[in-house]
Parts: sequence; structure tokens; C-alpha cells
Amino acid sequence: MMVFGRLGRMTLRGIEQFGDATMLALQALALMFRRPWQGKHFVLQLYALGVGSLAIIIITGAFTGMVLALQGYYTLAKFGSESLLGAGVGMSIIRELGPVLGAFMVIGRAGSSITAEIGIMRVTEQTDALEMMAVNPKQRIILPRIVAVTLALPLLVSLFDVVGIGAGYLVGVDLLGVNPGAYMAELIAKIGMHDMYGGWVKTVVFGFLIGVICTYMGYRAEPTTEGVAKATTQAVVIASVSVLIIDYVLTSFFL
Amino acid sequence: MQNYKRIEITVGLFVVIGLLAISWLAVKVGQVGGLGASGYVLTADFDDVGGVRKGSDIMMAGVIIGRVDGVKLVNSDHASMALRINNGVKIAEDAFASVRTKGIIGDRYIRITQGTEESYLEPGDEIEETESAINIEDLISKYIFNGKE
Amino acid sequence: MIRGEQLSKQFGDVMALSPTDIHIREGAITAIMGGSGSGKTTLLRLLAGLEKPTSGHIWYGDEDLCAISDRRLYQLREQMGMLFQYSALLNSLNVYDNVAFPLHEHTDLDESVIRTMVMMKLEQVGLRGFEHLMPSELSGGMAKRVAFARAIAMDPRIVFFDEPTSGLDPISAGVITTLIADTSRKNRMTSIVVTHDVGAGLSIADHVILLWQGRIIAEGPPQSIRDSDDERVQQFLEGRPDGPIPFSRSTTSYIDDLTHKPGTVRMKS
Repeated sequence: MMVFGRLGRMTLRGIEQFGDATMLALQALALMFRRPWQGKHFVLQLYALGVGSLAIIIITGAFTGMVLALQGYYTLAKFGSESLLGAGVGMSIIRELGPVLGAFMVIGRAGSSITAEIGIMRVTEQTDALEMMAVNPKQRIILPRIVAVTLALPLLVSLFDVVGIGAGYLVGVDLLGVNPGAYMAELIAKIGMHDMYGGWVKTVVFGFLIGVICTYMGYRAEPTTEGVAKATTQAVVIASVSVLIIDYVLTSFFL
Repeated sequence: MQNYKRIEITVGLFVVIGLLAISWLAVKVGQVGGLGASGYVLTADFDDVGGVRKGSDIMMAGVIIGRVDGVKLVNSDHASMALRINNGVKIAEDAFASVRTKGIIGDRYIRITQGTEESYLEPGDEIEETESAINIEDLISKYIFNGKE
Repeated sequence: MIRGEQLSKQFGDVMALSPTDIHIREGAITAIMGGSGSGKTTLLRLLAGLEKPTSGHIWYGDEDLCAISDRRLYQLREQMGMLFQYSALLNSLNVYDNVAFPLHEHTDLDESVIRTMVMMKLEQVGLRGFEHLMPSELSGGMAKRVAFARAIAMDPRIVFFDEPTSGLDPISAGVITTLIADTSRKNRMTSIVVTHDVGAGLSIADHVILLWQGRIIAEGPPQSIRDSDDERVQQFLEGRPDGPIPFSRSTTSYIDDLTHKPGTVRMKS
């Protein structure tokens, strides 16, 4: 009985938080169209979150492409279809691994820093200070971060895709001796615009989700040092799980 | 403020690189038709297209010369196909279109065999002579029952 | 000019502030004093509009702070300043940008003008020459002085001070107290100072409000507070452990707790 009671309370709390996060995001987004414009702060966030995640995205993209080529080659070689390697690598990266792994990396690198930064601003009363200096923290702090992550993720993931396909080419063609023409030709032949759209829609949705969850967790963190630490961990976990769940839903739409 | 200028430039570069990646994916890998799509369209009627879809390859002499723009059912009995042929590829009026398969179980594609006529098809024209998908079952039954008829 | 009407604030089950009427006079220094947990910071945050009251109204002239639009609230705040207990400097900006922040946000002044104004404020708090330090490089006292410079950067009409001297060495505390008194008098600022520093509070205030357990127990000019014959007031002013305000918050018997009488001490199993 205890278990059911706890489960019920947790569900209720989850629903309450979901509603609260949605409200906070909507309030922040509504301020997008109100003066003062936050362009400069959007650029600063694009720098911190987008440019800051560049290195890790390139590294993970490269190794993802490489391992896919290696693994794919040995599987395909059994059927004598090594020429399909490019298509296999490209399809996996563009449709699934790029958006999901890219989102994970951005959650780890940028999302956690969003939550921690906003949480610390709450603890040290910096958000109250902004409030008292007649600057709306929702407009100044939350809005630019949500928008920046939403726009940065598609750019980062596209880069992940390109680097991954390139790294797969290096391993497949230069290391394992797949025909270079076949790699690209099959990739181009098998992947259509349809697959691209699927990937891009995912990244935009994931980016928005990461922005909303991580800003919310920071803004509503219990204003103590432990509270911020806990919120940061929770933000990473909740954002990652949400990405996987939404990924399944979107994949079933786009198949 | 000097600092902000530098950040602005870096962010600009980041966005440009990201957009380059997106366009490479779209143009090179996704083969997006571009704005208004290049090439010209011919039509062809088939009794059976055997599963050729929008986006399937069109080949001549084993070279890709275009893509299928769309397939639709006409008069509830045969299929009409729009073939987008790359600019610069000329197709004779008596050319011949057939539905083929890459390998035994591979993708379906449209093969166009060049004709001998001196005059070429204009955009919107129809390829008169077509051959439907080869149905392996039909082929086998034809072979078996051929002697009896 | 700022009036609180039947203001109260409840956090969960805890009544941080019982319904209270309060009147802040324009151009004067009002000190809100009391022990920790007496509700003084809550009262300050309510008056500044950082917290919504559980009941009651806050009147700025004839406008109710709880009923006006966000836009109007931010307009009013352009004429307010606040010094936070832990300074609350924006830690991504250096000293100069922190002090210049309100000016950058709300004025179209030329950078050279802003620079002059920032220098004047920093000179006032004795920190000219430290513009390029980041908040993390400042000591507590320096951070508070920078925060003071920022709070008065716009020459606001109302300034809220939350524990301006807590955690400071006597010299820094004295400097901050003098700064509050001087700038308030010079600029005819309305200052609301929350403090548990009895000496500082009584020496600079025109009006003192003494809180205990979320209620006002004494109010008036400093002299009347000193002369009060309320035992609680006297105990607070003199800092005696014995009196009507109990020092110990424990409710169980000390002897029982020491001798581990069953039922008194809850042991973790």
C-alpha cells in the first residue's frame, strides 16, 4: 500500500512539475516579442551553448561514424554487401544517432551548465537583483537560453552527421577497402530528403525540450547548494529520458 | 565590448559552418530537387510498375539520368509515371522505358533504352513504348505452360 | 508614501509575518530590526515586490504593488535600488559592468557619461581602481561596497538594504552604515534598512520598527525605542539571553534529553 501511495504522489508531483515547466516556458517565450530585445544575450548564449559544444560534438560524431563503419562492415561483409556500408552508416547517423547522441552531448555539456548557472543565480539572489534592477529574469535568463539551444542543436547535429559520415568514409574506404564510389553512391541513393526532415524535426524538438527542462530545473531549484546540485543531476536525467521517449514517438511518425 | 565583437564573429562562423553542414546534407546526400527542381519531366504509362516509387532512379546505359517524380493510378487500371530527366540528357522519340530490378531482390528502377530517331522528346511528352515490371511468377508460369498452348 | 496594509506572509505552515500595518515615510531612513527569524527580511522582500503577500496590500502612493502590471512594476523599480545580504553581484560581469548595469539597461547615456557616473559611485565606496576585478576576486566587504554602488547607481528614490553590515569587519560595517546615512540625507532617498545591528540601526534611523515573531512590538523614533519599557525591547537592545524572548528554542526538558529518558529523545533505529 505504501508503494502505491508513493507512486501516486510521485505521479502527481510529476504532472505538477510538467505544468509548471510549461507555464514558465510559455511566459518566457511570450516575452520574446516584447521590448527590450534580447538579441545580444541570445548571441552570448549561442556562443556559450553552441560554440561551447562544438568540440565534443565533432569528437563524438567522428567516433560514432568510425565505429558504425567498423561494425557495419563486418556485418555486411557476411552477406557480401559491403557496398551498402555508406548507406548503413549515413542512415543510422542521420535518422537516429546524430539527433539522439548529439542531444545527449548537448545535455551533458550545455544543459547541465544552464541548470547549474541559473540555480546559482537563484541561490546568490542574482535573479532577485535583476528583478530589482527592473530586468525580467524570465526574459533575460530563460528566454535566450531556450531559443539558443533550440537553434544550436540542429546546427550541431548536422555537423555531427557530416563528421560522422566523413569518419565512416575514412574507416570504410581507407582502412577496410570499401569501394569509395560505392560508399558515397549508395549513401546518396538510399537517403532521401524525407530522412533529412525526420532528423531535423527531431533536433529542433529535442533542443526545445532540453532548453525548457534545464532552465526550469535551475529556476525552480531549491535555493541551496545541495538543491542546485540535485537539480543539475535531475535535469540531465529527465532531459535524457525525455529525449529517448520523444525520439520513439517522433520516429514512429516519420517512418 | 571588444570582447563581444569577437564573440559575435565566432557565433557567426558557427552558424555559417552549421548551415554549410545542413546544405551539404540537403543538396549532396538528400539530393533535394533544389528550388523549382532542375531537369524536365516526361510521362510514361505502365501496366505494372512493380513498386517503383517517387524518388526511384532512372538509368540509361547504367547511368543515373534522373528520378521518378511521382506515380499515380489512372482509370483504375494502369499507372502513369512522371519522370524527371536531368537537363542535357536527350531522349529519342522511340526510346523505350522498362521497370527493372537491381540484382534479384534489389531496388526497382526505370531503365530507358535510347531509340534511333533523330527527333527528341520535349518536356511533357510521353514515352510511348514501355515494358512493365517483370513478374517472376508470371515468367515461370509462362515458361512452364508455353509448350502446351 | 509606502504603506503596507494588513500584510502577511505564510511559508507552508510557518507564519513568517502576521498581518501587519506599516508606514514608510518618504525621504527618511526606516530601520526594521529584530532577531533572526523575526520576519524582517520577509517584510522587506514584500515591500520590494520580490514576494507576493499571502494577504494584504502594499501601496506605493495610490498604486497597489500586488495589482499592477509587470510593466508598471518594472517602471517603478527603475527608481528603486536594493542592497542584498550577500551582495548578489552578477558574477559574469566585472565590477565596472556590475555598477554600470542599471545604467546600461535603462538609459541611453553615452558610455563616457556612464563611465563618469560609475567612477563617482566607486569613489564614494572607496573602490576606484578596482573596476576590472570579477566578483569572485572580491572580499565580502568589497563585494558589498560594489553592491552598494550598484544599488545607488541610478540615484533611486527608494533603496532597500537587506542586512547591509552582516558578515563585515567593523571598519567596513562602519563605512557602509555611514554611506547609507550620508547618501540618504544627500539624495533625499527613502531608505529601508533591515538589520540586527542595534547600534547601527538606532544611530542612523529616523524611524525604527522592531519585529518579534512576525509582529511589530515597538515602533517610533530611535529615542523612544531606547526609552521603551517593554521588556522584550530592552532585552533585544541589550542582547541579554534571559528575558521574555527565550534564547533556547528547545521545547523538551534538558535533563530528560541528557539522561535519555524514553520518549523524549527520538533515537534513529
